[in-house]
Amino acid sequence: MTEEMLSQLGKYIASEFLRQPDRSLGKDEPLLSSGLIDSFHLVDLALFVEDNYGVHIDDSELNASTFDTLSQLTAFIQARQG
Amino acid sequence: MTNFTEQLEQYYQQSPERIAITLLASGKEDLPISYRILMEGSAGYVDTYRQAGVKPGDVVLLILQHGRDMLYAYFGAVLAGAIPSIMPFLTEKLLPERYRADLAALISVTRPTTIVTYREFETEVRTALKPGEDSVRAVIVSDQALGPRAVDFTVMDGLQREPDEIVLLQHSSGTTGLQKGVALTHRAVLNQLESYSRAIQLRDGDVFVSWLPLYHDMGLIACWLMPILLGYPLVLMSPFEWVRAPYRLFQAVSKYKGTLSWLPNFAYNFCAQKVRDRDLVGVDLSSWRAISNCSEPMRWDSHQAFYERFKAHGLRYEALATCYAMAENVFAVTQGGLDSPVVFEDIDRESLQVEKIARPASGDRTSVRMLGAGKAIENTQVKIVDEHGATLSDRLVGEIAVKSNCMLTGYYHRQDATRKAFLGEWYLTGDYGYLVDGELFINGRKKDLIIVGGKNIYPQDLELLAYEVEGVHAGRASAFGVFNDQNGTEDVVMVVEVDSDDPVERLQISDAIRAVVTRGSSVALRYVHVVGKHWLVKTSSGKTARSANRDKFIAEMNASGKSY
Repeated sequence: MTEEMLSQLGKYIASEFLRQPDRSLGKDEPLLSSGLIDSFHLVDLALFVEDNYGVHIDDSELNASTFDTLSQLTAFIQARQG
Repeated sequence: MTNFTEQLEQYYQQSPERIAITLLASGKEDLPISYRILMEGSAGYVDTYRQAGVKPGDVVLLILQHGRDMLYAYFGAVLAGAIPSIMPFLTEKLLPERYRADLAALISVTRPTTIVTYREFETEVRTALKPGEDSVRAVIVSDQALGPRAVDFTVMDGLQREPDEIVLLQHSSGTTGLQKGVALTHRAVLNQLESYSRAIQLRDGDVFVSWLPLYHDMGLIACWLMPILLGYPLVLMSPFEWVRAPYRLFQAVSKYKGTLSWLPNFAYNFCAQKVRDRDLVGVDLSSWRAISNCSEPMRWDSHQAFYERFKAHGLRYEALATCYAMAENVFAVTQGGLDSPVVFEDIDRESLQVEKIARPASGDRTSVRMLGAGKAIENTQVKIVDEHGATLSDRLVGEIAVKSNCMLTGYYHRQDATRKAFLGEWYLTGDYGYLVDGELFINGRKKDLIIVGGKNIYPQDLELLAYEVEGVHAGRASAFGVFNDQNGTEDVVMVVEVDSDDPVERLQISDAIRAVVTRGSSVALRYVHVVGKHWLVKTSSGKTARSANRDKFIAEMNASGKSY
């Protein structure tokens, strides 16, 4: 489950934000603090998470202190899914 | 009224409980702040400044985000007779080293005696200081500022400020690091507010809604000083939050029956694309009577996209407006779309670019759709001049010159730059445009002009063409001229940031750009430099800084030994 989520999120970010579908993102690769994802992408990412995992990320949570890597994002989603 | 403090005192005495501003922050209750609370909070800062040795006329640099600290620190400086100046906050996109360099450069020019910032930002600020060498005597951390207290206007130095004394500095949105502080007097700002409030037909019931940054004239004047000093409610959210939740703008307009907003052009597209239906449930935008597109080139397409997306929620087409503004005129020069819908026209592209004449397009000629910026506001005159300063007639493209009763006093501590900017009483904007029966159209900026073999090329035209190429995003290309000694003219260089680092893909993009630029402008690009993210140097407002990019490009090419 975790692996699948990591892979889905990674693919989405690589294809939609980085426009490099073949690029693989490491699960501990910084996304926000590194500038890979910028603030204009965060809205899209929150919508993707909600659509696919049924978890609402409030915009106040859309920052590097909530998650900066795919592992952290996955953990965040799973915690919400309970 | 002759100065800011007098005006604020009047509200404090006559309608202390009237809400001046409502601060919105995600995850928190909306925070209404009355004039009484505003003045009492500001009085705490007046005493803080006094303790820090701030004197009337000192520049106080504020590095804060939207919120109570910013409000009280700003108006505290006004009450103390000091000169507040807001510095952009560090964003995720900007390199910290770049920011520190900008801050140090700004300090060396504007010579603030005091800086106010947050505790977590204090180290960043101190790193940029040169103790004993620069002008800064105190760094005030906001959590150490004295709390709200009773206001005694009789001891406020701000009350003694003369109309022609400087009340604030705005940073013109030039290249960061090369910024100029625009010094404005009480009289200039109050004159602008008087004229502009008539241009937008300010009336009872108006409510301003904004997410704009305050270091830029659009946010500072239109959506901060205008409502607060003229006594209209302001609903304010932070730009950092807006970008994560653009729907909040619409919910705020609906909840507070907002009537007036100002947006840069990109925001129209961003909102049209990112706001979800779910977040618009129950949202009613019918109160919105003027949304002014301002501060970057305005596009008809953006207005259409915005209108189509939100019309089902009561957005009226007539609410879409345009404005041409600059810090040097305090804010607005022209305003369009209030009395009648925004004007647009289709202009022959080649004629505009080559002959510099805005001829309506005919037949199958390639055209460009120009959006009118409106007509000059009261007490501001606009004319178009040629390179010799002679006035041009309608439809001839030239430099926009402005004369008004709300002009800047000068670029702070930059008399050289001030002198260069004026032709007699006329301020030369550095922007190109043309007039049609008083309606102003803007189509470029002088300083980024590329001249190739005597032919004038506007780089933004080339960049717009590049954006047509798949893989090149708006705002991620920079075109400029590099003088070629051998040919005695400029070569045109285009640097584009792309997401791909695949050499094959980059090559395809490069080829496509050459093709589209050559086809679209008859300009052959000498060099297309395809680079990764964050290569391009941007100004604090996000525009590409072409001359800085040119310097960087030349340095990179020289360092790598490549010919260009």
